[in-house]
Amino acid sequence: MKVKLLFFASLSERLGRRCETREVPEGASAESVWRLLLAENPALSGGPRPAFARNAEQVDGRDVLEEGDEVAFLPPVGGG
Amino acid sequence: MPSGIFRIIETRIDTGQVIAAIEGPDAGAVALFVGNVRGEDQGRRVLRLEYDAYAPMAERVMAGIGEEIVSRFGDCRVAMVHRIGRLEVGETSVVVAVAAAHRSPALEACRYGIERLKAVVPIWKKQCFEEGEVWLENPIGSHEHEP
Repeated sequence: MKVKLLFFASLSERLGRRCETREVPEGASAESVWRLLLAENPALSGGPRPAFARNAEQVDGRDVLEEGDEVAFLPPVGGG
Repeated sequence: MPSGIFRIIETRIDTGQVIAAIEGPDAGAVALFVGNVRGEDQGRRVLRLEYDAYAPMAERVMAGIGEEIVSRFGDCRVAMVHRIGRLEVGETSVVVAVAAAHRSPALEACRYGIERLKAVVPIWKKQCFEEGEVWLENPIGSHEHEP
């Protein structure tokens, strides 16, 4: 199934992109996709551990994803 | 009082317009917090700031803070507007405004609103110094009591 991934702040800089569409296996979660990203991208190691959002709603990362979900990886926040 | 406005924008914040959106004959008090880009941080000269946000989620989380404010401080209207993109020193990055019948809930709610915004809304800030750039990424909630 296809999901859309969004990256912000230092994560988007480390990856060199703000979003991507990715084919993931059935049963994948935000957490499992994050582990995949870490394995693929040495630039992510040493960076912040993100929180996860699914369709703009914060989730704990273990939720099973569905086709078309928008999964966001959120570094620790700090607006203002 | 109906609820207020919660926006992420990429253009200059018009503070007067934010106030106008929430004031009214039922509100004897409007409390306002304006956050501006400071030209110095811990002895280092700041050239500019860059903000990033997950805008749809940020607006939803800000609206949730607006609901928390009404349940904690009573009937009031809340506006939260955060600018993103590149901001120069002296420019306004965030405005929180609360209109209530009386000053005490308006002032307390305004303080609560900016502290919660900084702690939980998915917005990120990059400081650009003469010697380099750094994203400020603190663990969630760690700067709720920042001076």
